[in-house]
Amino acid sequence: MEALLTPAFGTVVWSTIAFLVVMFLLRKMAWGPILAALKEREESISTALNEADKARSEMTALQEDNNRLLQEARAERDSMLREARDLADQVVAEAKSKAKEEANREAENARQAIATERKAAVAELKAEVAKLSVAIAEQLVRTELSSNDKQEALVQKLIEESPLN
Amino acid sequence: MYTRFALFFLTLTTTLWSQAWASDSHDSHAESTEAFNPSEFIIHHIADAHDIHLWGEGHSAVHIPLPIIVYSDQHGLDVFMSSAFEGHGDVRTAIRPSGATYELSHGHISLAHADHGHDHDHGDHAHHGPHVYDLSITKSIFGMLLMLALMIVMFGRMAKSYRSRPGQAPTGLTNALEPMVIFLRDEIAIPNIGEKKAERFLPFLMSVFFFIFFANLLGLVPFIGGFNVTGTLGITMVLATFVFLITTLNGNKHYWGHLFWPPGVPLFVMPIIIPIEIVGMFLKPIVLMIRLTANISAGHIIILSFVSLILIFGKGGEAMAAGYGIGLFSTAFMIFMYCLELLVAFLQAFVFTLLAAIYFGEATHEAHH
Repeated sequence: MEALLTPAFGTVVWSTIAFLVVMFLLRKMAWGPILAALKEREESISTALNEADKARSEMTALQEDNNRLLQEARAERDSMLREARDLADQVVAEAKSKAKEEANREAENARQAIATERKAAVAELKAEVAKLSVAIAEQLVRTELSSNDKQEALVQKLIEESPLN
Repeated sequence: MYTRFALFFLTLTTTLWSQAWASDSHDSHAESTEAFNPSEFIIHHIADAHDIHLWGEGHSAVHIPLPIIVYSDQHGLDVFMSSAFEGHGDVRTAIRPSGATYELSHGHISLAHADHGHDHDHGDHAHHGPHVYDLSITKSIFGMLLMLALMIVMFGRMAKSYRSRPGQAPTGLTNALEPMVIFLRDEIAIPNIGEKKAERFLPFLMSVFFFIFFANLLGLVPFIGGFNVTGTLGITMVLATFVFLITTLNGNKHYWGHLFWPPGVPLFVMPIIIPIEIVGMFLKPIVLMIRLTANISAGHIIILSFVSLILIFGKGGEAMAAGYGIGLFSTAFMIFMYCLELLVAFLQAFVFTLLAAIYFGEATHEAHH
């Protein structure tokens, strides 16, 4: 029992020396390099993870950008198409109205020309009729008034006809 | 598979132990007629020894001799192997060519009385003979050196593997040890000491942890002479002393302030508190030493007690049936104890290291107020 409970001199000496030597040896050749290697690896892993995270967020940002650009382009195309359609419609409408106006004006001109022509024609006709009437009247007068009897009869008739009372 | 192995193991151990005792009893009967003494048997296996006793008793005993290194004033330094000690009784003697005769009795080496004649007066040395400084490589020291060498090999290889495969996943031995190293760093050192200061104490903490752990496991390996390295008081005392010295030498103003003038304590309690604190400073490493020694020795004692049960009931081969019966029961318990001891081997290494880390943390803790 005594041997168990008394620390032996030799044991203390040897374990002090051996433990110290091994501890310093291990610190130099094992603990230092091991801890450094572990730290290095942990750091490299964490930086790799961070970089992956960053890359992923960059990717999503890029994708969003792409989507946005695509949408913008689509919207622009739509608006351009709409504008073009509107412009075309406007042009057509303008052309239509112009054509109508032109047609109306032409018709009016034609109408006026016709009216003038007719007036001229009527005037000419009138003159012609007057001339013809005079000529007919001359002929008639010549034949009617060729004898005295006929002259008297005519005067008589004219007198009767004229409302003198 | 496991059941068959357990049964095989059970019968094997029972047979071996019964037979060992049976053959042994004849020898011991010749030397002494004493009955089997379990406490002597257990202490013999627990205590440190100057050779490694593999098996057998008396004349048929098989030992591995270890170097004996002694220094005495008369004969100076003397180095020889423990096989030079002759005889098998309680006192064995070795006669050296130099004329010195050493006596080995219960693990204690002294100069023989016959030799004592040269020593003329010195009345008080009459009983024990002149003082001999025993620096022998005993069983525990041999086990300790073995484990320290193993540590150098294992961790040297581990460090090398990091150098040869930088930044890659660990394999093999490194893979097995790395979780423990990370556990020590992240669960023991950093939470208790703080990230910045932990680096300073980690080499010691890791050396202590792996030394205790490996030595505990060495003590559990059967058939190699029953090492009890961490159950040897001298070794745990040295480890605890290192803890005490590191704590004391690294103690900052805050630590000493708390020790000698604990803040927030009423003045009239101070005369009680201060001595308690000072005693506590020394008590902590002492408890550290006793806890480790007692726990590891206790495990060995329990296992050996179950072995003793077989020997007691077997009555030295006279009651073989009782020996076998108790043997079955005892072996089952021994297997259970072995499993428990595997846990304790880790646990005690962990507790020692954790407490050391806590003490270092207390010593270097910066004041917050």
